Amino acid sequence: MKARAALQKVLRQNEFYILLVIILLAIVIQARSGLFFSLDNIVALAGAMVVPGIFAVGTYMVLVSGGIDVSFPALASLAVYATTRMLVDWGWEGGLWLPLVLVIGISAVLGAFNGAFTATIAVPVLIITLGTSNVFSGFMQGALSSVQIPSIPPAMAEFGRASLLVTENPRTGHLSSLPLSFLVLVVIVAAAFVVMKYTTFGRSIYAIGGDESSAARAGVNVKRTKFALYIIAGVLAGIAGLVRTSMMGQMHPTNLLGMELMVIAAVVLGGTAITGGRGTLTGAMLGTLLIVIVQNSMILVGVPTIWQRVALGVLIIAGTAVSAVQMTRARKRQGAIV
Amino acid sequence: MEHIISLRGISKSFAGVQALDNVTLEIAPGEVHCLAGENGSGKSTLIKVLSGVHAPDGGEIILGGESHRALTPKQAIAHGIQVIYQDFSVFPNLTVLENLAFTSEISDKRPFVSWRRMRRTAETALEKIGVSIDLDARVDSLPVAQKQLIAIARALMNDARLLVLDEPTTALTNREVARLFSVIADLTAEGVAIIFVSHKLEEVFEISQRFTIIRNGRHVITCLPEELDRASFSFYMTGREFDDERFTGGDIAADPILELDGLSVSGAFEDVSLALRPGEILGVTGLLGSGRTELALAMFGLMPHDSGRIIVDGKEAKLRGIRDAIDLGMAYVPEDRLTEGLALERSIGKNITISVIDKFVSRLGTLRESQLNAEAQRWVDRLKIATPTPANAASTLSGGNQQRVVIGKWLATGPRVLVLNGPTVGVDIGSKHDIHRVLRELAADGLAVIIISDDIPEILENCNRVLVMRDGRIVHEVDSVDTTEERLSDLMSKDVAEGGKR
Repeated sequence: MKARAALQKVLRQNEFYILLVIILLAIVIQARSGLFFSLDNIVALAGAMVVPGIFAVGTYMVLVSGGIDVSFPALASLAVYATTRMLVDWGWEGGLWLPLVLVIGISAVLGAFNGAFTATIAVPVLIITLGTSNVFSGFMQGALSSVQIPSIPPAMAEFGRASLLVTENPRTGHLSSLPLSFLVLVVIVAAAFVVMKYTTFGRSIYAIGGDESSAARAGVNVKRTKFALYIIAGVLAGIAGLVRTSMMGQMHPTNLLGMELMVIAAVVLGGTAITGGRGTLTGAMLGTLLIVIVQNSMILVGVPTIWQRVALGVLIIAGTAVSAVQMTRARKRQGAIV
Repeated sequence: MEHIISLRGISKSFAGVQALDNVTLEIAPGEVHCLAGENGSGKSTLIKVLSGVHAPDGGEIILGGESHRALTPKQAIAHGIQVIYQDFSVFPNLTVLENLAFTSEISDKRPFVSWRRMRRTAETALEKIGVSIDLDARVDSLPVAQKQLIAIARALMNDARLLVLDEPTTALTNREVARLFSVIADLTAEGVAIIFVSHKLEEVFEISQRFTIIRNGRHVITCLPEELDRASFSFYMTGREFDDERFTGGDIAADPILELDGLSVSGAFEDVSLALRPGEILGVTGLLGSGRTELALAMFGLMPHDSGRIIVDGKEAKLRGIRDAIDLGMAYVPEDRLTEGLALERSIGKNITISVIDKFVSRLGTLRESQLNAEAQRWVDRLKIATPTPANAASTLSGGNQQRVVIGKWLATGPRVLVLNGPTVGVDIGSKHDIHRVLRELAADGLAVIIISDDIPEILENCNRVLVMRDGRIVHEVDSVDTTEERLSDLMSKDVAEGGKR
């Protein structure tokens, strides 16, 4: 009986199905190319997970609270561009701590903008973050007249190049390395897991996503929680931006823009409800992994790059469809027939 | 005896509207106090004064031996006053465990939650009211009654001394109501007082030890149940007298307009046969889950039937959806639609004609305004809607007249059969009588009406014939004139019909 209940629980979870899809995709790619389960492919996937993975953590937290943030790529770009510009102009030769402090500081302030608007005015968060997204990227491109910065402070470049391990493909001789930044993702995921599962703050985010007025009646300071949440989401985005710039070895101001749809799709595919209140970190990571596999590995089976975008589009539609079906089901459960 | 809380001479106005005028309410420990009044009578304002949400303009609140001008929500909670709102304030996305224990984690201001401690808290909370619910179930998968028990259990955790239940039985089945009442009895035995807000007559008489009735923001009477009967209760609430006369059916035509012959939908109901004649009001009753709603859906082609026939005017009808049913002159008013089916800020006329607006489109695609207005006027006259002109906003009407507008909207489609599912769920007494009067008038004019409801007095007073459903079958047909409420209730409930066995 217990085993069956446990099985039923697993079968109801999105995570299970997305894992199934990932395994199927892996088997297909492996069968066609023989390269999927090679160490260098795994390592390449892990490396490609880092930036979307960190973004996904923030997006998952915001979605659970019943909000949505589309400004994080612009926020990250602005924070990292401003930081890099300053440090390059000063000729900073010191450690990584200063870029990290600057990025965290700036993105916290930018996140606080989102948080302050969300907590105080009754406008859908989507509209607010669409607005701030434009303000952030406009400020970067206009006021800071952003251009590509070809050389970044040495500490950042060094961090970007550092690897945890390097592998060589025995057949092709291709070198892959697992970047040090993968550790950053691991630490952030672990921290987010603890926050969302074991802190009153994390459970308050779930409570607000479930029913905001009930949360307020239960004694949750809804405004303060949301404010803090958007600051955290901003900081996570900033860190992801710093990692991306470091790994690329140059600051490309528009490189991140447009990632929001892919990241939100990944998180929703992983079972986080776009209506709030539901979702797991595991699901968010699996969703991200699926999208990263589609982006990176389809080339292994000889699918031209243009089709990757089609596949990505299909996944986004699938992701939204999943949450639409969930919503309908939830409504049916509430007994609203006809 | 010292009162838990005394509200004396409370007045409160909002933007010039006097919501409460010199109202007094005193609650003794361990009593079940019924607070009754029609919608808009000031009940909810009074409760909000009690729970500290609203500060009154005048009057005195005596709580814990001290006199206050107004309370804050914190003070109210600190003195053990807990309100269970109609939406229960639960978190549908979280487990029962967390719903029960989350509040205390928050109020203890802990930075970290301990799942083990929360489980203990939740178990204790459920034990206190003597119910067992799977702690790991997600709340949105539970029936309404269990959500309510969770809300009650949660409210009781912080040494509640007064529990306010705001229309607690609206969504419950009879058995669930009985369960709730036994929980209430246990609580009052421990000295917890209950304010029971409801306008369901049977229930308030069954459970309440004292009554306070308010009308138009004024205190009408506080008394013991012995001093009230159904008629005086309705009178105090509405200020109107109602006759309890039963509908017997006037000129009932010989030929049925709608017949069901052995209709079955697997998993919902089986072998249902009935015949409906113009001029009669047929009642279909049964507990929730007896198949009554599914029967209505199948009758309108909203749920495909597996076997049996639907016969309209003596000919078998194939219904593929609501459109077919409307074309055959059948109208279905789902639950709550009489209370929700209005655009209040739009005109009465527009509200009525919205259902038939496509009949008034000219060849150019524009609306024929004058014909539309004439149609609206026709229904205003026919249903005796009290308004100088259909151009007035629906919000200018009294509750009962608003209900007429909604009925008019359905009637404008020209039905010969009108099926209403739970027509007066959540409707206050005055409006309820108004709806019933309109339905009787319509039947007298030759409409065939089916009322699906589990409100026993409603069914007995307004239907000339009653079909009782149980477990998907029609088990009895009774004549409403010689059937008592107790008898009908017994017929509906399986336990009693099978000799009280479980």
